[in-house]
Amino acid sequence: MDHKVGISVTCVDAYDKAAGRTKYYEDLVPPDALYARIYHAERAHAYVKSIDTAAAEAIPGVVRVLTCFEAPQQPFATAGHPWSLDPGHRDVADRLVLNQHVRYWGDDIAVVIAENEVAAQQGLRALKVEYEDLPFVLDAQKAMEPGAPQIHDWCKNNIIDQSSSSDGDYDAAIKEPGLVKVEGWYETPMVQHCHIENHGCFAYAEGGRVTVVTSTQIPHIIRRIVAQALGRPWGDIRIVKPYIGGGFGNKQDALYEPLCAWVCEKMGGRPVRIDCTREETFITNRVRHAIRIHIISWLRPDGTLTARKVELFSNQGAYASHGHSVTAKAMGSFPQHYPCPNLVCNSYTVYTNRPVGGAMRGYGMPQASFADECNMDDCAKALGMSPLAIRVKNIMPKGFVDGFSGNVNYDDTYRECMKKGAEMIGYEEKLKEFALDSGPVRRGIGLATFWYNTGVYPISLETSSNRMLLNLDGTVTMQCGETEIGQGADTAYAQMTAEVVGLKSYKDVHVVSCQDTDITPTGLGAYASRQTYMAGFSIKKTGGLLREKIIKSAAMRSGQAESNLDIVDGEIVRKIDGKAIMSLAELAVQAQYDKVHSEHITAESTFTIRNNAFSFGCTFAEVEVDIPMSKVTLKRIVNVHDCGRLINPALAEAQVHGGMSMAIGYGLSEQLLFDEKTGKPLNNNLLDYKLSTFMDHPRLETAFIENPEPTSPFGTKALGEPPACSGAPAIRNAVLNATGVAINAIPIDPKRLFAELSKAGLIHDEKEG
Amino acid sequence: MYDMKALYEAASVEEAIALRLAHPEAQIIAGGSDVLVQMREGRRAGAELISIYSIDALRGVTLEEDGTLRVGSLTSFSHITRDPLIQKYCPTLGYAVDQVGSPQIRNIGTIGGNTCNGVTSADSASTLFAFEAIIELTGKNGVRRVPIHEFYIKAGTVDIRAGEGEIQTGILIPRESYERTFGHYIKYGMRNAMEIATLGCSVNVRLSEDRQTIERCRIAYGVAGPVPMRCPTAEALAAGQKPTEALFEAFSKAVLKDINPRDSWRASKAFRRHIAVEMARRCLAESVKRAGGETA
Repeated sequence: MDHKVGISVTCVDAYDKAAGRTKYYEDLVPPDALYARIYHAERAHAYVKSIDTAAAEAIPGVVRVLTCFEAPQQPFATAGHPWSLDPGHRDVADRLVLNQHVRYWGDDIAVVIAENEVAAQQGLRALKVEYEDLPFVLDAQKAMEPGAPQIHDWCKNNIIDQSSSSDGDYDAAIKEPGLVKVEGWYETPMVQHCHIENHGCFAYAEGGRVTVVTSTQIPHIIRRIVAQALGRPWGDIRIVKPYIGGGFGNKQDALYEPLCAWVCEKMGGRPVRIDCTREETFITNRVRHAIRIHIISWLRPDGTLTARKVELFSNQGAYASHGHSVTAKAMGSFPQHYPCPNLVCNSYTVYTNRPVGGAMRGYGMPQASFADECNMDDCAKALGMSPLAIRVKNIMPKGFVDGFSGNVNYDDTYRECMKKGAEMIGYEEKLKEFALDSGPVRRGIGLATFWYNTGVYPISLETSSNRMLLNLDGTVTMQCGETEIGQGADTAYAQMTAEVVGLKSYKDVHVVSCQDTDITPTGLGAYASRQTYMAGFSIKKTGGLLREKIIKSAAMRSGQAESNLDIVDGEIVRKIDGKAIMSLAELAVQAQYDKVHSEHITAESTFTIRNNAFSFGCTFAEVEVDIPMSKVTLKRIVNVHDCGRLINPALAEAQVHGGMSMAIGYGLSEQLLFDEKTGKPLNNNLLDYKLSTFMDHPRLETAFIENPEPTSPFGTKALGEPPACSGAPAIRNAVLNATGVAINAIPIDPKRLFAELSKAGLIHDEKEG
Repeated sequence: MYDMKALYEAASVEEAIALRLAHPEAQIIAGGSDVLVQMREGRRAGAELISIYSIDALRGVTLEEDGTLRVGSLTSFSHITRDPLIQKYCPTLGYAVDQVGSPQIRNIGTIGGNTCNGVTSADSASTLFAFEAIIELTGKNGVRRVPIHEFYIKAGTVDIRAGEGEIQTGILIPRESYERTFGHYIKYGMRNAMEIATLGCSVNVRLSEDRQTIERCRIAYGVAGPVPMRCPTAEALAAGQKPTEALFEAFSKAVLKDINPRDSWRASKAFRRHIAVEMARRCLAESVKRAGGETA
């Protein structure tokens, strides 16, 4: 039992990854593949009038140039969502493989196809493009104004979608005498995922079909999108997903698979590869939405939140991608995180001439959590309360039920997590100690919490399919559509499968890591922190079916009653006396080679999940602010999560470390910048985009509260995205605690800190001496 | 895959000079941490390259007879940092070049490449200015020695005469510049690694025998102007003075008379001026402390 659920076993792919044996798409590209390289528009908003390809086509090695004027005009949607049977609930189809109407700086307008990389690059430089310039807009609220540039013809005022919710009577509630009003505008930046492996893919035709091998999180969904983009039957497309070097949501979207498949078709089915550079990844893949959030909170002097108004303005960029789903999820956290009897929420998702917002770790929650948790600290400050006390007073109570999802807060998760985090970092003592700092270098402590859930039910379908085969050596081969993307899902699946079937060790499970839509049972992929929770249902169901078949076969071959047999540590065991009567290997061989009744013991099933689960936690941060140098140093950071029962504690901790690292960059250094005059991106590279490095991290401290989740057969719930949600506001609140300066936008980098500290009078202009 | 027309490899300084004369348009490449990045960006697409990377004679740190500290142009940053002579005579330089990029970049990048690249943000440059380094160039007419402040002509341009087949062969720090001096370098960046300097400040001082007076002080900046620069006003102000908080304050404000940082999206002029003052103050205070002086 040592090698099953709840144990920190070594990852199933650890040695292969360390030795470089795992195959990524680039390791699999056929040697005769053509290089397709994309010409990105050098305008923020324009029409392409003409593209002169003659010089490019004359370059030795350049095979062909395809332009937006030849591209299919059937728009498709790219978001990696399950297909909806309800046409009204489908993603916005606003994308073409190449565009005549340029909607952001970097939009794809032509492809140079060449025998080698250098010729392709030379070809790109030789293209001559003529534009008809259009006015552009980079800011979401400005794009909503009358007379703003129209980015998509169908979309008036550029508002892709808006939604609202309301509880109680806000207008009446705020008339209560003695209420304290706390208002703020909170702003989050456009950031990028920065997974190690850039997106890329290759396509080739075989048997009248197109195969795309791609760095994606969602192979089965990509199949549908590529088919829609090419206008072909879904069965004509085969998607293969090998190992991938991270995704964080960027690859929960059709990126260049449709274009690659189209170019392959145009080249008569020859293999074609598209490989994104880092510069392309930053601006022509997906980014996290910049969301500006306006909150007005009304509190009684005892700290009770009585009324609240929340508005969200999400900058979608040039194409809809995940669109309003992200904003809606962000908005949906407000009624639950701090339940408030009189609450009005409004949210808008708006096209602008910026790179495209998609899914990114947290799906709206890093933005919502930043605003909500800044405002909560501002409330505490206005009332003279401790930031911890105001949260304990107002945060979601035990027993809370969300009517829409049916989610129940079975335990007092938030308060348990905050208590644990406060103890670990010494919150109360430090709050007192740091209040005495008054010099140029001041220390501060802050906390923030976040709301999260698991998967996309009931908004979208949640389903997981699974296939298990009993091998002749008694091991089990397992396949499912919930993809390994570096997070360790395959290891968790091996542990769960071993436990359900009754194998000796997780090492007796061979998880087929590569998804191939021709072979792999249909699944939705890796997103929404769903894999372990959702796959758990189908593993439980399929493992149960496999067990039944094994026991039935063993009963037939041993003459024992089925009801008297069990599978324990890879042996068929007679329950009555615990005697092992045969091993799974012996059974498998006997069954396979039985001349009268040959059996290949397999099981396959689909589980439709009609549950969701809350997954909460918090961050505590300790900072040192060097005022004259305008610098924040993060001294300590602690994350506490309740993600239910841990399947693999070491992997869970690693998952949290990664999220904390992203949150540190989000809070302190990362943002994509654009030239206001042209809309050109300024820092789409890893030198100028300040991804945080481990030199910017203190030791990442983590803890878990393991309240088992009753809806999950394994007691587990979301952990993929939650660790990225509360770090930035915890750092902001620590800076507030240190300096008294409330900074309502991130990143709190030296430039912003300099401006804010100057405004607050803590830094004075340098006069010449 | 890099778009290069040709690559010529020189095994000796003589070969490098001959190759330069034969291929006047060719770009010299040493460690490649700047040149290859520029080629990848398309800025030098189709370039001819002359690699001098295998000229081992240009590697290492030595002490010449007159006490001049000689750093071979191909010496990598990590070798400079760990070199015993550097650690003994000019640890500020060893520390400054240890602030470059990442361990991998410091292993491949060379001090010659860092200076020949001609950018104001080079981590070695401000310290080399503050120690009055001499750049040694070797060409068809022999050896030419140029003070570093003359070597830097303008942003991205240094005084190397391609027509004479010159390559940079060494960086010399005169004994007078490092003897009995103690210094400190602060690199200001937006993060703590993989960073290009927002501003770099290098200070060194020589105290009087009784350590009561600053005999001599040097201060130089990177990114305070188009090329690295010294601050003569501040240096003159500190010379002969007692190290007091008041002096540090006056010294640090005085740098504003000499520096001229620019406004860019990376950082505003006001921000750079502000941190320049604070960095000067901290660097001087630290240098005095390292020199064994006490601040009144």
